[in-house]
Amino acid sequence: MEMFKGYDPGKFYDEMFCEDGSVRSHCAPLLQKFGVIDQKDFLTRKANSELYFLRQGITFNVYHDDRGTERIFPFDPIPRVMPASEWEHLEAGLTQRIVALNLFLHDIYHDQQILKDEVIPRFYIEQAKHYRPEFRGVDVAADTYIHICGSDLIRGGDGVYYVLEDNGRCPSGASYLLENRNALKRAFPGIFESLGVRPVDSYPRDLLNMLHHIAPRQDKDPVCVLLTPGCYNSAYFEHCYLAREMGIDIVEGKDLVVVDKFVYMRTTRGLLRVDVIYRRIDDDFIDPVVFRKDSVLGVPGLMNAYKAGNVSLANAVGTGVADDKVIYYFVPRMIQYYLGQEPILPNVPTYLASEEADMKYILKNLPELVVKAANESGGYGMLMGPTASKDEIESFRERIIADPRNYVAQPVISLSTAPTWCDGAMEGRHIDLRPYIIYGKDVKIVPGGLTRVALTKNSLIVNSSQGGGSKDTWVLR
Amino acid sequence: MLSRVANTLYWMVRYVERADNLARLIDVNQQLLLDFESLDSERLRGFWQPIILSTGDEDAFAKLYDETGSAEVIRFLTNDPKNPNSITSCIALARENARTVRDQLSDELWEELNALYLFSRSDEAQKLFDVDPPRYYENIRRAAMTFLGIAASTTSRNQAWDFMDLGRHLERADKTTRFLDVSSYLPAAADGQDAISPGILHWTAILRSCGAMGAFRAARREITAESVVDFLIFSKDFPRSVRYCIDKVDRSLHLISGTPRGSFSNEAERESGRLLSDLNFGSTADVFESGLHDYLDALQGRFNHIGGEIFETYVLMPERVQISPGAKPPTLSDAALWRMEQQQSSS
Repeated sequence: MEMFKGYDPGKFYDEMFCEDGSVRSHCAPLLQKFGVIDQKDFLTRKANSELYFLRQGITFNVYHDDRGTERIFPFDPIPRVMPASEWEHLEAGLTQRIVALNLFLHDIYHDQQILKDEVIPRFYIEQAKHYRPEFRGVDVAADTYIHICGSDLIRGGDGVYYVLEDNGRCPSGASYLLENRNALKRAFPGIFESLGVRPVDSYPRDLLNMLHHIAPRQDKDPVCVLLTPGCYNSAYFEHCYLAREMGIDIVEGKDLVVVDKFVYMRTTRGLLRVDVIYRRIDDDFIDPVVFRKDSVLGVPGLMNAYKAGNVSLANAVGTGVADDKVIYYFVPRMIQYYLGQEPILPNVPTYLASEEADMKYILKNLPELVVKAANESGGYGMLMGPTASKDEIESFRERIIADPRNYVAQPVISLSTAPTWCDGAMEGRHIDLRPYIIYGKDVKIVPGGLTRVALTKNSLIVNSSQGGGSKDTWVLR
Repeated sequence: MLSRVANTLYWMVRYVERADNLARLIDVNQQLLLDFESLDSERLRGFWQPIILSTGDEDAFAKLYDETGSAEVIRFLTNDPKNPNSITSCIALARENARTVRDQLSDELWEELNALYLFSRSDEAQKLFDVDPPRYYENIRRAAMTFLGIAASTTSRNQAWDFMDLGRHLERADKTTRFLDVSSYLPAAADGQDAISPGILHWTAILRSCGAMGAFRAARREITAESVVDFLIFSKDFPRSVRYCIDKVDRSLHLISGTPRGSFSNEAERESGRLLSDLNFGSTADVFESGLHDYLDALQGRFNHIGGEIFETYVLMPERVQISPGAKPPTLSDAALWRMEQQQSSS
């Protein structure tokens, strides 16, 4: 307990301590285990876990550095712990959400019933940056569009989990979830004993089963590959990691060739037909014939093979429309419309700048709101009203008025905090949670997800590009 | 396997092998230098110049350095980032190649190479390089050997292994000829006793650069130009002799294509088979007849030819690969088989 002495949960919802400073009951056994570790030992073990990441090459490049210095993503060894009941609730909510999202995508790429019934104004879909009208009427394998979804969850001061956004294109980070667990097991083997932490190692298996499920040829072992932009991509480590865990080939665009609407890879024994591509390249780059002409990462002709049903893609083309922060607003309506259910996990209250009343409210309350561009991610294109300068606020005001379709606003949600080791003391830092939902034969969600932590004091931005780190996430039995 | 992956594995191993060989070359010669009384700059140049010439990087060296002293040569060959063939550059390239095919490597193998890379750019390495060079080079060699050992004990004997083995032996054969070639550049001895003549000391250094001293002694032979050349080129058993390496190259090539040895299905195999037979039936008499340097130069040309043909056959034109009946049947889709059949019948 030594290290947690004097820990101040502050005015936020803390994942480990109650307001009165007492330990939340599900965290007590963990704290006891940490209690027997003194600070020196703790720091040695922390350093060991960092060395593990370095030796594994789980690093990112520091740009503009001639020596090619590589850094690891900061890892905090104090896990985030979640009781079983809480996880069951999240699991049910996330499952409901991905089912609705897939029904929605199928609908807008076919009959567009939801638009005809005016549940979502047609204008929002047709103006969505990542909507691909040219793929209307194309049937995709298993009628599934989003096979892997990373939905970001946050917990507010009221202790309620909200969905902050859905990532239905190429969500990354799953390898960190797996490696965080490995690192923690190596550094603190003792603390896992008898605590009943649910394992996470089924992820690659679930992923591979899903890829097999969507193969166009079900009569033989399908050939699955992971398509990467290449080794200079920041998620390259993850691509290799997942490919190896699944035992499939990792390919670059130049390794694939399309002949008569079939996709092949170039092997030392000639061409080998490919059935399923787990692509980690955005739509824009995947086929220079159809999308960006200047893409050198893609495979010319791939879309022809895809439309002919000769190759399956995970995720499907056109899912980006569901990532649009304006479309996000309508997800609760989708759940009601397609499933006849109430959403289990609420959205964060959101205002659409295109709606007259909302626009008025947004412009009046800019200093209190978070404003987001509809299609930016990674913490970019964002206004944090309460900490922004007058100039920044005014510049956003102009942008919102000029292009209302592209902006949404939300109240600032104080993310929950978790004890994090920061320069010699245990302090509360804001966290979120990104679970990875796999939609194959059925929905699989590896218990927990990637807990991201904003290492800068008081910061609410957890993205790794903005100084974020991560923690292991424990779901208890 | 993917053509790109095959090519990358091949180069990854070549670079590790190159770093290992360079580490031995520099270490041995640095120590050899200690056996000489202090040399003036002219004679120091005479000592190092052959070594630079043998690596084939003399132009790059001349561009980067004005003098040919010990410090310059050693830095150039060891850790000059501007020399793409320095030890640290080779390690970085090997690691970069490994990174792009990380999914093909065992965890232990990747970690060893990554650890070597991290060491090579650490302050610890710089310190060792400054105060205790023999230990610095020992660390490099040891890591390269460990890499090789881990590769041998964790890699399935499939095409990935064949391409790695191919890269290693081709690189090794090339380096052995280059180290031997050092002797051709040594200035002719004026009085036979000159410290910088290709006398016993130098032949010993060449043997040690090839890691062959122990094996050579065990063969109970006297150190003469002829016996060293014979051993390093024609030995049937020594794993760094040119003949041994080319035998392995030929074997790997035939394992990859499935063609029986003694015949060929592509240019690389044809050249390796022809070269192997020249080595099997050759002797030092042929070498000295054409002159050592010219003989070695011709060998290097033939290695390059084999390397180029491997690239041509398996990387540039994978569609052209012919599968011989002896090969394991490839798993090809009906459409691909039909396509192959068409290609074959229409030619």
